[in-house]
Order: sequence, then C-alpha cells, then structure tokens
Amino acid sequence: MIVAERKRIPELVDILQGYKKILVLGCGTCVTVCLAGGEREVSIISSALRISSTVKGLGLEIEELTIERQCDNVFIEAAADAIQRNDAVLSLGCGAGVQAIAERYTEKPVYAGLNTAFLGILEERGIWTEKCAACGDCVLHKFGGICPVTRCAKHMLNGPCGGSREERCEVRPDRPCAWQLIYQRLKSIGQLDRLNAIEPPKNWEPSLSGGCRGIVREDHRI
Amino acid sequence: MRLQYPTNIRIIRTPCTGKLEVEYFMRAFENGADGVLVAGCEEGSCHFIEGNFMAKRRVNYARGILAEAGFEEERLRMINIGAADARRFVEAVTDMIETVRKLGPNPVRTARPNTARKQEIHT
Repeated sequence: MIVAERKRIPELVDILQGYKKILVLGCGTCVTVCLAGGEREVSIISSALRISSTVKGLGLEIEELTIERQCDNVFIEAAADAIQRNDAVLSLGCGAGVQAIAERYTEKPVYAGLNTAFLGILEERGIWTEKCAACGDCVLHKFGGICPVTRCAKHMLNGPCGGSREERCEVRPDRPCAWQLIYQRLKSIGQLDRLNAIEPPKNWEPSLSGGCRGIVREDHRI
Repeated sequence: MRLQYPTNIRIIRTPCTGKLEVEYFMRAFENGADGVLVAGCEEGSCHFIEGNFMAKRRVNYARGILAEAGFEEERLRMINIGAADARRFVEAVTDMIETVRKLGPNPVRTARPNTARKQEIHT
C-alpha cells in the first residue's frame, strides 16, 4: 500500500492561509490503513485546525468528509457538492489522490495534507517500512522475493557490499542487511545457486528517467 | 471513607481507558472542556492487559497535536490509579483543577460567544 504521514498543524495552517471555508477530505483506501488520512485522521486534523483557528483568530470553517478512494473518478463524484461549497480542499489522500481531485476540479485550490512517503507494509503495530520502489522492472524473482533495489541502502544488485555488521546494514543499523535476508531466503528455498549469477546493470528506463509513467491496456480501452 | 472532590468536574465512564481515542480528546477541547483528566488503572493491572498503555500513548499523541495547534497541552493529563485509591483520586482531581484554574478558561470556549453562553446556563 501507499504509506503517508500527516503534515504538522502549523504547516497546514500556513498552507491554508487566505481561505475561510476548508474541506478536509479523507481517503478510505491506503492512507486509512496506514492511519494517515482516513475518517479518524480527518476528524483529528479537523479538530486541531478548528482549535488552532480559534486560538489564533483565523475564522476557519472546516468541513469533514472521507470518500472511498480519491484516486478514482468514480468515487470522487461523492465529494462534488462538498468541494463546490468550500473555498479550498485539504486532501488527506496520497499524492495521486490530491492530483486526481485537483485535475477534476480545475477551479478549486487543492492542497496536500500528507507527505506521501513510500510503498510499504505494516511491519508491526505502528511501524511501516518501504518494500517496493516501483522501479518498473521487477527483479524480485531473482532474489528470493527480497528487493535489493528498495531494501539495500546502496541498491546493490550484486551484493553484499561487505559492510554489514551482525546482519545489520552499515548505512542504517536499525535495518537488517537486505543481502543477508536474500542469502537466508535463497538458502531456505534451495536456490543459493542464484547467487552465482552476475546481475547485469539494471534497466532504469521503466523508472522515472523519462518523466511520469503510464500504462495503456488496449484490451480495456473503449 | 467520605472524601470530597471538587464538584466542577464531570465523570465520564468508559469500559477501559483503552476505549478512548485521540478524537475524543480533540472533540472535548473543541467543545469547550477546560481540562480532561484520564484516570486509568495502575500500569500492569489492566483487565484488558494493555488498555491503559494504549491510552497513555494516545494521550501523549493528542497532547502533541494540541501543542501544534497552539493549545495548552497541560489541559490533558493521564494518571494511573487503583479503583479503591480514593485519596489519590481526590488529590489528582484537585491538582488538575488547580492546573486548569491557573491556565484559565479554554480559549476555544471563550472565543465562541454561543458556546460560552451555553456553558453559563448549565452552571
């Protein structure tokens, strides 16, 4: 899922300067699961904005709404009335959600209330870690399902680097060495021989080298 | 044991402090509460194992976000107290009332004439 975290209240107040009626718009998908922009966070951030507004005399009027998915036109429709009756939208969706709303409502200022961080998973309660860099050319099958592009601090495809200490990364000692994990995983599935193969330089063309990416499925086009 | 605690508090019962969510605290202050004292069971004696620890983390989070909003975080406090410890309860409530009295009324309430009027009618 897409993992994000909320911006701090003073930054949000600064972003919303000059507007009176604000719609705080949550998203019921990824950012709900990572506890950053769902219905509950919409409620908390809206309360904090109202309190801040009253304390500082800003006169903000905050409306709350959470829709199923901000990155999908079908669901955005549910927010149409609320968006129209407010001066600006503070989206608690990921970066894709914010832009989807802004593209749909060209006359309405739409601002991001979250910092979209990465594609990851819930490691344990309250801890999320990055697992995928969305590089566009997946190599997971070669490394036992552990991604060296994302999880090795040096992005090494022919690791390990030799700097790890007690199975921990030398760049981020709080993280396990990705190549140690790859070794253990390949060993447990009986594919250690994969480590004999030299991995050629990665093709970064499907990554962000040519600007934003897109996928066209002719079989689904109308 | 007949102990008197300040009469200007309202007791809200919950099955466990672990039931409390951050938004409850936010809404309480938004609606004009001068202070919120969360009284959980003593650490290690939660019937639901970790309800009071969850409450502690949520109270701390709420205090942080209240401070970000420019609101006095001291208005929200959590204590851990045994159900039979009446004397400590009275002390904690009295101390909380004193803290709130020093801070003055909730600025959110005083800034909203309608809310302030409603409160006056109730008292």
